[in-house]
Amino acid sequence: MGGPAEQPDFRSVSHAEDWPLWEVFLRGRRGLSHQHVGSLHAPDPELALQNARDLYTRRGEGVSIWVVRSTEVHASDPDDQGPLFDPPSDKAYRHPTFYSVPEDLQL
Amino acid sequence: MPPTNSDESRDLAFQEAIDADRTVEPRDWMPERYRSTMVRQIAQHAHSEIIGMQPEGNWITRAPSLRRKAILLAKVQDEAGHGLYLYAAAETLGVERRELTELLITGRQKYSSIFNYPTLTWADVGAIGWLVDGAAITNQLALTKTSYGPYARAMVRICREESFHQRQGFELLSELSRGTAAQHEMAQDAVNRWWWPALMMFGPPDTESPNTAQSMAWKIKRVSNDDLRQRFVDMTVPQAQALALDLPDPQLRWNDARDHYDFGPIDWEEFRQVVSGHGACNAQRIAVRRAADEDGAWVREAARAWEGRQSSRTSAA
Ligand SMILES: [Fe+2]
Ligand SMILES: [Fe+2]
Repeated sequence: MGGPAEQPDFRSVSHAEDWPLWEVFLRGRRGLSHQHVGSLHAPDPELALQNARDLYTRRGEGVSIWVVRSTEVHASDPDDQGPLFDPPSDKAYRHPTFYSVPEDLQL
Repeated sequence: MPPTNSDESRDLAFQEAIDADRTVEPRDWMPERYRSTMVRQIAQHAHSEIIGMQPEGNWITRAPSLRRKAILLAKVQDEAGHGLYLYAAAETLGVERRELTELLITGRQKYSSIFNYPTLTWADVGAIGWLVDGAAITNQLALTKTSYGPYARAMVRICREESFHQRQGFELLSELSRGTAAQHEMAQDAVNRWWWPALMMFGPPDTESPNTAQSMAWKIKRVSNDDLRQRFVDMTVPQAQALALDLPDPQLRWNDARDHYDFGPIDWEEFRQVVSGHGACNAQRIAVRRAADEDGAWVREAARAWEGRQSSRTSAA
């Protein structure tokens, strides 16, 4: 007897596309900003919110949800990481530790 | 030094970044084999969570109390969630959900063979929670430090949810074990059937696991199959004693010199049989998943059509 590994049956495989992908952001509690927690598929914003509730807040992980279509997120190129984010490393004077102040003062 | 594009130097830079414990993120350059290994591993892990709902799901309508039913429902729902976190992690590597579902229901991608064993009695629900989720946690805790960021983050989330899975199984078995003689016997029978398959969940021995070296070098895998298995055995033996249940292995005993429990040989022929499709439930598991996919097709299409109509209305307004 052939198991499923030997006899793939392609007749009934649907080739429908996936629902669009959404990025999910949660506010953990009041006073915190929303944070990215993952993504999911949904046909529209309303169902994306409902699915996000079921998927990401089963244990009270949030008090507010944002969903954003993944295609609407524009990201910096990882290859630009150096030019974008290295310059501050030689600007130590942007940090308070750069300055010497009398030790016995609160400053 | 300007970055060069030759594959060899990129491979080298990639390995250096891994050696320095730098997490790999979706848009980073990565060797094709790293990507394909990662896709396969995450997808198979996702499939396991999804197929894993079936053996326990079989008992939801027959749970012996409302409390047990609510617990089991919550656990099975968690497993669906785990599958979805993991599919989403795989999708960051450029595969589509639909593709992965098709690979599963056409038998071209595998899932953990533990789920091809049947759940014969209510005690199996306890044994699965205690042993199968216990083994899964051991494996998944090691994976929270895997090198691919989205996979590692999914693991952290999953591990946080898993500990209740194992505890409810332990508690269930503990009640049965201390119940009537028939209940105790049912608990013992379930443990007898699930112990060895649970040990097989960690995969073949290190000596017969050809991909392990590369996966360890890429830090996809952080602990070897045999080490994880040993960790699980050491953790589980005292728990079995607390349950007043026996583990079905006459060679199981503490070894002072090794500072570990010794255990008997695993029947790898059984493992190979089940992996290659000859377990008790392989065909049934796939058939059920396929039927769910087919039965849900009209819902997916209707939701899509509804969205299309809504958005054409808003743009006409
Ligand atoms: Fe899980
Ligand atoms: Fe679980």
